[in-house]
Amino acid sequence: MIEFQLDETSGVATYLQLVQQVHQALRMGMLEPGEQLPTAQQVVAKLVINPNTVHKAYRELEREGLARARPGLGTFIVRAPAGTDPATQARFLATMTDWLRSARSAGLGPDDIEAIYRTAFRTCFAEGAA
Amino acid sequence: MSTVIEANGLGKAYRRNWALRDCTLAIPEGHVVGLVGPNGAGKTTLLGLATGQLTPTRGTISVLGAPPAASPAQLARVGFVAQETPVYARLTVADHLRLGGWLNPGWDEELARRRISQLGLDPGQRAGSLSGGQRAQLALTLAIAKRPELLVLDEPVASLDPLARREFLRGLMEAVAEHATSVVLSSHLIADLERVCDYLIVLVASQVRIAGEVSALLASHCRLSGPRRDPGTLPAGQDVIEESHTDKQSTLLIRTGEPVHDPAWTVTPVSLEELVLAYMNPANEIPARRPRLGVAS
Repeated sequence: MIEFQLDETSGVATYLQLVQQVHQALRMGMLEPGEQLPTAQQVVAKLVINPNTVHKAYRELEREGLARARPGLGTFIVRAPAGTDPATQARFLATMTDWLRSARSAGLGPDDIEAIYRTAFRTCFAEGAA
Repeated sequence: MSTVIEANGLGKAYRRNWALRDCTLAIPEGHVVGLVGPNGAGKTTLLGLATGQLTPTRGTISVLGAPPAASPAQLARVGFVAQETPVYARLTVADHLRLGGWLNPGWDEELARRRISQLGLDPGQRAGSLSGGQRAQLALTLAIAKRPELLVLDEPVASLDPLARREFLRGLMEAVAEHATSVVLSSHLIADLERVCDYLIVLVASQVRIAGEVSALLASHCRLSGPRRDPGTLPAGQDVIEESHTDKQSTLLIRTGEPVHDPAWTVTPVSLEELVLAYMNPANEIPARRPRLGVAS
């Protein structure tokens, strides 16, 4: 069974941390369809957080179609998230690495590169949201 | 939505001094509510009025839909843990449980015994010789074993060491998970509130400065930093809560319903502590929500 951790310095909402840890565990194969998630009682006793936060995280996982609550039994994993195809990931990793090398040889430092990346990232996703 | 506490124009005066004045708020049920504010904001008075230990000078308050402490049945619906978690020093732990059983119609003896044994408390020990943390746990046990619909706690952990505080909050959260009790908790310890509360109220000088679900509050606020700029030029829908400027740079804490896409700003999320401090600061004027102008999207 997955054991949740809490990172109080991350600035990420607690319920999102739980959701992300389930995603991560599913991707790593540490959690599989059919397995039960800890009950709200168990999570509360370990992390000393609000049980409503646990319910909220589990509702989010249900909304994503990854988990299902069985009344009286608990919440269970029903499937793993659809991951990106590894070949596609590898292709973009290669392009990105090439780009980084050329930026570096043009004399850009890590801070310059990060600023460029952030601006481009924000512009790209702002277009997507508009 | 049902409320656990609802106050309208509520005031309490001692001779000519108002401890709470013209306070209007509605606390929804089903939450663990953190009540924060500077000393003297009226938190303890508000909680005293909510538990029927004080009577209003002006205005009205209802708790779980009825006047506080109107009847023994109404009293049984609300559990209270006061500041410094008082217990009877000369009575033993077991005496406290017996007293709880006599005084409370819905007393859950099994729950009380289970908690005392989990905590490792000796039933024969006098409460006066318990540590601060143990005393707080005993007071919490008495309040929980009433099986109330609403638990009110006034700075219950202020004087406890970090470990005792964590254990106290663990007991409280376990009770909430088991019995779905609504909780209203006043505290100055924002890190604790961030862990256990899902609803926050900032009270300053008897007035609610902000109230809402913690996740919604965090999602609707952020910090912007960038080249110096007049906050008046921000788009509609971005309300400035706090601002600071150097000759070249501006840093703003804003409330907004939408993501900020202006590339001039570096946008960072705010922590609950930053949010609370910004709203507690009397120097900050909290703008009313501005209506969004008619921008076609």
